[in-house]
Amino acid sequence: MADKVLMKGNEAIAEAAILAGCRHYFGYPITPQTEIAAYMAKRMPKIGGTFLQAESEIAAINMVYGAASAGVRAMTSSSSPGISLKGEGISYMAGSDLPGLIVNVQRGGPGLGGIQPSQSDYFQSTRGGGHGDYHLIVLAPASVQEMADMTVKGFDLADKYRMPVMLLADGTMGQMMEPVSLDLAVSPAPEKPWATTGTKLARRHNIINSLSLVPEELEQLNNARYQKYDIVKQNEVMYESFMMDDAEICIVAFGIAARVSKNAVVAARKNGVKVGLIRPITLWPFPAEVIGKAADHVKRFISVELSMGQMIEDVRLAVAGKAPVELCYRVGGMIPTPEQVLTAIENGGAKE
Amino acid sequence: MDFKRITLLAGHYGSGKTNIAVNLALSLRQTHERVAIADLDIVNPYFRTKDSQYSLEQAGIRFICSEYANSNVDIPALPQTLYAVTDDRNLTCVLDIGGDDRGALALGRLAPAILEENNYDMLFVVNFYRPLTQTPQDALEVLREIELAGHLPFTGIVNNSNLGDETTPDTVLRTVERTEALCRMSGLPLVFTSVHRPLLPALEGKLPNLIGLDLQAKIR
Repeated sequence: MADKVLMKGNEAIAEAAILAGCRHYFGYPITPQTEIAAYMAKRMPKIGGTFLQAESEIAAINMVYGAASAGVRAMTSSSSPGISLKGEGISYMAGSDLPGLIVNVQRGGPGLGGIQPSQSDYFQSTRGGGHGDYHLIVLAPASVQEMADMTVKGFDLADKYRMPVMLLADGTMGQMMEPVSLDLAVSPAPEKPWATTGTKLARRHNIINSLSLVPEELEQLNNARYQKYDIVKQNEVMYESFMMDDAEICIVAFGIAARVSKNAVVAARKNGVKVGLIRPITLWPFPAEVIGKAADHVKRFISVELSMGQMIEDVRLAVAGKAPVELCYRVGGMIPTPEQVLTAIENGGAKE
Repeated sequence: MDFKRITLLAGHYGSGKTNIAVNLALSLRQTHERVAIADLDIVNPYFRTKDSQYSLEQAGIRFICSEYANSNVDIPALPQTLYAVTDDRNLTCVLDIGGDDRGALALGRLAPAILEENNYDMLFVVNFYRPLTQTPQDALEVLREIELAGHLPFTGIVNNSNLGDETTPDTVLRTVERTEALCRMSGLPLVFTSVHRPLLPALEGKLPNLIGLDLQAKIR
């Protein structure tokens, strides 16, 4: 096994993408994800890949659309305001059934907000973000190693289901450094008979488009896409369950909030409090089933978020009224401390 | 270990420059009356010397840093007080330069005065476990890029190879050969090897000029 390397989350994403066979990166700089672009700018020319700093975020996502249409693994990355700009292109990719990886290293919002970490793009990521009926598979890593692992997984899922995948991180995850093993489980991209690679006069034209001229056909396309989403929901849910066996209190948290919460769970257990953690790794599809089952014995849920309370809506839907769901949060670039989460565990979070 | 009036720390992004700079300033303060640390990072708005401002000022060290560090104002600003570094020759200074050649650009403004006085050490900090400087060749490439951008030649190497929390004595020892190769290729001496302080006992006697570092935690 090769030596581990000490990487920033952003660098781990970039290197993992290269290992996954991505040779086409299109982006536009924005803090706190600029290291992804900087890393690609250094590495891509050395391996015969393309790094292109586009004239805007909108241009970058449409370049991903074009490259994905031609059948290659392509990606873009940005941070919250930049992802909003990409919204139209992401919707077009979903409407054209194109695979691709979109990385969002979230910062505080709304608007220009700030450059410190946030998780307040949860709604935007899991509810679409662009227009129309569609979903992204949304992956939420909680370590630098997972940043690498989920990048590879993201390309695989995108190709498997022909849909865009979002890697949803935050400023802390992007900036923090941890040792990473780059022995990643890489599988080669599958054949893409639908790609626009030239007919060589041997087949009919492949057409990549999201425009439908006939309403009946558009309805059919939407229905077919949602059947595909049902399969994704059945097959691709990922979560981590921590100290949940006898838990009477359940924290639900992802990404950096889950790391903080884990410390709080360990501290509370030392005080004799029966608390556990469910960490969604896929935010869409959301691990609703495991949370719903937990609600049969858990007396109280706490959603820990770096937002005013967004994922809490999915937790409530999953719990379905069987137990109260409380919120523990910080916003504006601030991160809850383990002590704050511990207080929420022992004394209750903000009641709603 | 003797240090010149100005010690500059430069190197690849994330090689550990800031942590070494803060530790060095605190250690110099034990033998020098007037010590300053200057943060010239124009690249990275995170993990700044500002995180250690409190402990530095408590130790009586002059803290020179952009007003905007650690704020949401994400612009490459330098503080006007930076000129104290070259104007006040009674000040012992540690300069924390931003990562890579882009970070070293900020140095150009001070380089002529530093060269003219010629009482400086410019140290190249390397961590061979960082992805883009895993070999002596790659590290040398970064070293040369920084010299070109900063208009100041390096005078020595600092081996700060580590794997964060997973660093063992062996992690450090396995980089000795690569460090020697980098020294040979660059013609520069190894000035010191820095390790997280708890690793010191296991490495004492095995490496020359070993320095223990305390990790800097953010205090708001």
